[in-house]
Amino acid sequence: MAAGYTCWGRLPIAAGEPLRLRWRDAALPDEGTLLAHGNGRSYGDSCLNPGGVLLDTRGLDRFTRFDRERGILRAEAGVLLADMLRLTVPAGWFLPVTPGTRFITLGGAIANDVHGKNHHVAGTFGRHVRALELRRSTGERLTCSPDQNPDWFAATIGGLGLTGLITWAEIALKPIPSAYVAVETARFGGVDQFIALNDASEPSHEYTVAWVDCLARGRNLGRGVFMGGNHARHMARTAAPPLGDPALRVPFDAPAWLLGRATLSAFNGLYYRRARAGTRVQHLGPFFYPLDGIGQWNRLYGRRGFYQYQCVVPRADGGAALKELLGIVAASGQGSFLAVLKGFGGLPSPGLLSFPRPGYTLALDFPNRGRSTLALFERLDRVVEAAGGALYPAKDARMTAAGFARYHPRLETFVRFVDPRFSSAFWRRVRPEES
Amino acid sequence: MRHQDAPTDRHEQPAQPADGGVRILIVGATSAIAQATARLLAADGATLFLAGRDATHLGQIADDLTTRGAARVGTMALDLDHTMRHGELLDTATAHMEGLDVVLVAHGTLPDQAASQADWEVARQALETNFLNIAALLTLVANRLEAGRHGTLCVIGSVAGDRGRRSNYVYGTAKGALAIFLQGLRNRLHPAGVRVVTIKPGFVDTPMTATFTKGPLWATPERVARGIHKALEKRGPEVVYLPGFWRVVMLVIRLIPEPLFKRLRL
Ligand SMILES: Cc1cc2nc3c(=O)[nH]c(=O)nc-3n(C[C@H](O)[C@H](O)[C@H](O)COP(=O)(O)OP(=O)(O)OC[C@H]3O[C@@H](n4cnc5c(N)ncnc54)[C@H](O)[C@@H]3O)c2cc1C
Ligand SMILES: NC(=O)c1ccc[n+]([C@@H]2O[C@H](COP(=O)([O-])OP(=O)(O)OC[C@H]3O[C@@H](n4cnc5c(N)ncnc54)[C@H](OP(=O)(O)O)[C@@H]3O)[C@@H](O)[C@H]2O)c1
Repeated sequence: MAAGYTCWGRLPIAAGEPLRLRWRDAALPDEGTLLAHGNGRSYGDSCLNPGGVLLDTRGLDRFTRFDRERGILRAEAGVLLADMLRLTVPAGWFLPVTPGTRFITLGGAIANDVHGKNHHVAGTFGRHVRALELRRSTGERLTCSPDQNPDWFAATIGGLGLTGLITWAEIALKPIPSAYVAVETARFGGVDQFIALNDASEPSHEYTVAWVDCLARGRNLGRGVFMGGNHARHMARTAAPPLGDPALRVPFDAPAWLLGRATLSAFNGLYYRRARAGTRVQHLGPFFYPLDGIGQWNRLYGRRGFYQYQCVVPRADGGAALKELLGIVAASGQGSFLAVLKGFGGLPSPGLLSFPRPGYTLALDFPNRGRSTLALFERLDRVVEAAGGALYPAKDARMTAAGFARYHPRLETFVRFVDPRFSSAFWRRVRPEES
Repeated sequence: MRHQDAPTDRHEQPAQPADGGVRILIVGATSAIAQATARLLAADGATLFLAGRDATHLGQIADDLTTRGAARVGTMALDLDHTMRHGELLDTATAHMEGLDVVLVAHGTLPDQAASQADWEVARQALETNFLNIAALLTLVANRLEAGRHGTLCVIGSVAGDRGRRSNYVYGTAKGALAIFLQGLRNRLHPAGVRVVTIKPGFVDTPMTATFTKGPLWATPERVARGIHKALEKRGPEVVYLPGFWRVVMLVIRLIPEPLFKRLRL
């Protein structure tokens, strides 16, 4: 197997036999299972296909059309959001929804129906997809949109790459007055304060997100920094340099002590204390993509890799589940860098399996310590399940089949659209009867 | 001396369009290296004309280049082995772009060495595509650019053409012959003010080398494209190794005495 095909968590999972696609009509192999692989920014096994063929889509990186008047962009599925931004930001258009990294492909954004800091006003990425082409292993090519083949469209948005190969897609961009964001920052002492801040900011701020110190305990449990942002007026539309390639790169796997408890507590504490309440104007780059400045930061977790745990819990319990989750994580001492906390709104996604649903979503990174890490996740699962929440497949490498079925009430409808030749490590794990 | 005529001829140079940038014909435009180069030219606002075998792929590339900023992109599908269509290609491209400033030749094939030893037909086909048919095209292009006393001719050769080796000497022969042909053209066209640039890439990770195991000497097509773009822009060197370290590597390889070289397994 060629080195380089891994998931973002760099967990020891085989990738599958890579095949680089260069053209939308490239021949697909007749033997073995197939899975599209975008830029490998999914943390776990949903982008890997051990024992089968991994269709590397990064060579499908051509734009088709950019309507600068109406803000409509059509491109092949392997184009990176980063490349799209370099084209559209100087023309005054931004992604309608963007995840916390711009180094993902258009196909990956659709297959995981990604969300951003504006979920409460814009919903998921899939809501802004106007059309896409799906190539099935049978040779069929389906143009899918909310009006054309709508059932295939619904299955493919958030469809985890299982309905076939997306060759191109067309999305509606959003107009922006500048390439800058006016950001308001405030510290909060715990979950209750976060909820109060978040719920008060949602009507006035297009973008909201919070960083939580997941190592702080006791009185400081759930403390963090809240940010609310809006596109800034009266500023320039430059795309470069803040939207260029990473300036720094982690050149090797870090030694274990680097992410020891002492260093991390110090880092998180410092981040919390240094945050100043107030407003400032920031370029899109560092605001939306704070980690993209450092290439391959996933190597900081060393050779064993790491997990991310991302769940969503309903808002109705007033934060009780969030407190419980953060309490368990803090007591375990296994958490690492700042955790991300964010409110999801009620706008529905067209996708059958889409992860976001109304509630609060919490995402935390954990170095892979084997059994003890997995045991911690089981404790967290119980809280999520009791609250009626769900886990995010894009971040997952260990959720159970029973959990997957519970989180996805429309799973049985979805299964009918799965391509008989497409599969992934994730799918075989959560749907063993399918393989 | 001929160049005394130059002043009177100069007003016959096709004027460069004010808005459409440089007018470039890319032959073998579906090649990975050509596509990466074309993106850089498109970002400059160049006017492009793409020639290659696959009409669908050419159309997809043309859409991409237009979106990336090319002033205008035309295409023509043809097999470059059909030399009788070369004139039509030049006419169509020149008409479409209202002139011609640069011709970039990028197509090529990498024949299986064992197969070309076993079967002359395989070797002959490789020599045709990688040398004879390019020489045919260059003959037409050279005459036109010389008459116009203007333009640049840029052709992708290979480090493989610098010395014959057991592992790929058929391909190397074609590329070596091409380099000498270009050297001659450069000498001939210099008085007419026409530049002739030979690009010699080392190992590049493209469909041509899909089955090769890649190591640290390998370059991306984007990196090679940046070198070609620079070579087209500047009045710099006209034989360009890409990446640049190959100049040193090939110098050393050429310096090895033949009695020793013939014993090496290269
Ligand atoms: C630093 C960081 C921050 C992140 N922040 C967020 C965030 O804020 N919100 C969020 O939602 N996610 C976030 N993510 C997760 C990431 O956005 C998703 O995992 C995304 O799907 C990755 O896209 P990719 O192109 O890397 O695809 P991969 O990870 O390679 O693949 C993802 C899935 O897409 C499928 N796929 C890819 N291309 C195609 C295609 N052409 N046709 C069919 N299926 C295809 C694959 O089969 C796989 O199932 C983050 C990830 C990182 C590393
Ligand atoms: N890759 C390397 O390591 C390397 C090293 C040194 C030099 N080079 C040279 O670089 C150039 C570009 O190659 P590449 O690496 O970019 O490989 P590539 O992507 O495989 O490109 C080769 C292109 O040549 C085209 N072609 C072949 N025969 C043709 C014909 N008869 N008519 C029309 N088009 C034809 C192919 O068209 P189709 O798409 O229709 O097949 C293909 O697009 C070649 O001259 C090659 O020799 C490459």
